[in-house]
Amino acid sequence: MIEFRGVTKQFPDGTVAVSGVDIVIPPRKTTVFVGSSGSGKTTLLRMINRMVDPTSGQVLIDGTDVATLEPVGLRRSIGYVMQNSGLLPHRKVVDNVATVPLLRGEKKAAAHAHALELLDTVGLDRSLADKYPSQLSGGQQQRVGVARGLAVDPNILLMDEPFGAVDPIVRAELQQELLRLQGELGKTVVFVTHDIDEAFLLGDQVVIMQHGGQISQAASPAEILANPADDFVADFVGANRGKRALHLTEVDGRRIVVDDDGRPAGVLAS
Amino acid sequence: MNWLWSNLDLVGELMLVHLALSVPAIILSFVISIPIGWIAHRQRWSRGVLLALCGLLYAIPSLPLLIALPVFTGQRTTSPINLMFALTLYGIAVIVRTAADAFDAVEPDVRQSATAVGYSATGRFWGVELPLAGPVLLSGLRVVIVSTVSLATIGAVIGVQSLGSLFTDGLQRGIQAEIITGIVATMVLAIGLDWASVAIGRLLMPWSRPNANTSKAASTTLVKAADTL
Repeated sequence: MIEFRGVTKQFPDGTVAVSGVDIVIPPRKTTVFVGSSGSGKTTLLRMINRMVDPTSGQVLIDGTDVATLEPVGLRRSIGYVMQNSGLLPHRKVVDNVATVPLLRGEKKAAAHAHALELLDTVGLDRSLADKYPSQLSGGQQQRVGVARGLAVDPNILLMDEPFGAVDPIVRAELQQELLRLQGELGKTVVFVTHDIDEAFLLGDQVVIMQHGGQISQAASPAEILANPADDFVADFVGANRGKRALHLTEVDGRRIVVDDDGRPAGVLAS
Repeated sequence: MNWLWSNLDLVGELMLVHLALSVPAIILSFVISIPIGWIAHRQRWSRGVLLALCGLLYAIPSLPLLIALPVFTGQRTTSPINLMFALTLYGIAVIVRTAADAFDAVEPDVRQSATAVGYSATGRFWGVELPLAGPVLLSGLRVVIVSTVSLATIGAVIGVQSLGSLFTDGLQRGIQAEIITGIVATMVLAIGLDWASVAIGRLLMPWSRPNANTSKAASTTLVKAADTL
């Protein structure tokens, strides 16, 4: 369990990125922070592995304040996946996946063998192991990034807009893959995105952030759609308009679900 | 040509002497400029000052420097160490800006992700930033190699033996072949060292070979094209 208690972050230039955040991230579930840029979602994520330290308040992992933990060791115990994969361009795929185990002093042979298994886990062919990241497609690189995040079998996996830079088809594929993996592994996943559809698809808990780093609502997707906390949330999730404001019309005796613009979204199952 | 054949031994020996003068200076300036470039990259405020100071080194006229250096080094004017010292200073002037640029060229994303997965500051320097700065550092090194090898000839004027001695001697005795030999030998040495540095770079940085993919892809296309023919 990860817990934010009254967390505020003000940067030296005066910008307040996060302001008075209290939130509990339940274990073995996926929590998605969603908001536009400047809403402090990435800053919150980075506080968990001490890439950023809060100006005030506490971040606790299983009851331990992370401020009392040594940052390098803490980071090695938490999986991290970022946009554009963040792979090391000068190391082969297999070395990239094995990065953290090697940093922890594991034997190279064992780390490599485990890295190959992880390539299977994320659905990559083992023949890619000896390639350099630049020789892979964007989607493949992102899978390698996920494999690296899983390499030390961490309890917590932090994902910072990991699918933001790949095309929509590959993104959909990666999202399904993540759902499958999460079903098998049951990690505490903290995911950051600006895409509300992605948030609703992946999140057990969705945390909607607004500008200035405040939480507008934290709840399950269904609850947010049913009871948006305020106009900002309603507007953000599009509950009042577009493809989420669905209604029924009858066409040739069948009931069709259409969105606000009258475009068909599906049929109502009877 | 006759002159060259009858003096091959001399030319070979001077080449070795020239190598012994320039290679240590090249290595020293490379090694020294890396921490300076690193500081200029890390501390924005120091960048202007450091780069300007190092650039200024290049503005010192070489002859007066060679004559004045012994005051600081305590060596004789004609000592090779004295010349090596001067060559190192000029080498630093040439490469330090490139060294700073090399570290700037490391993608912030990669640096941040290295930190995020648990690299310590030192581990990140040796394991990530230095190797990724490598290709740009190598391009700087290549310039230093050529400039140092050619600059080392100036030693001849103050009495330090090098391939430059072929110019001075040839000039005094009016042997044109000797002068040309000196010029060509200097160039051969510079090109040889340049190639060696590129070869070593390929060995150490197999990931940076330009367009490893595309050239491979291109050759397969060629093969396919040939097949259809």
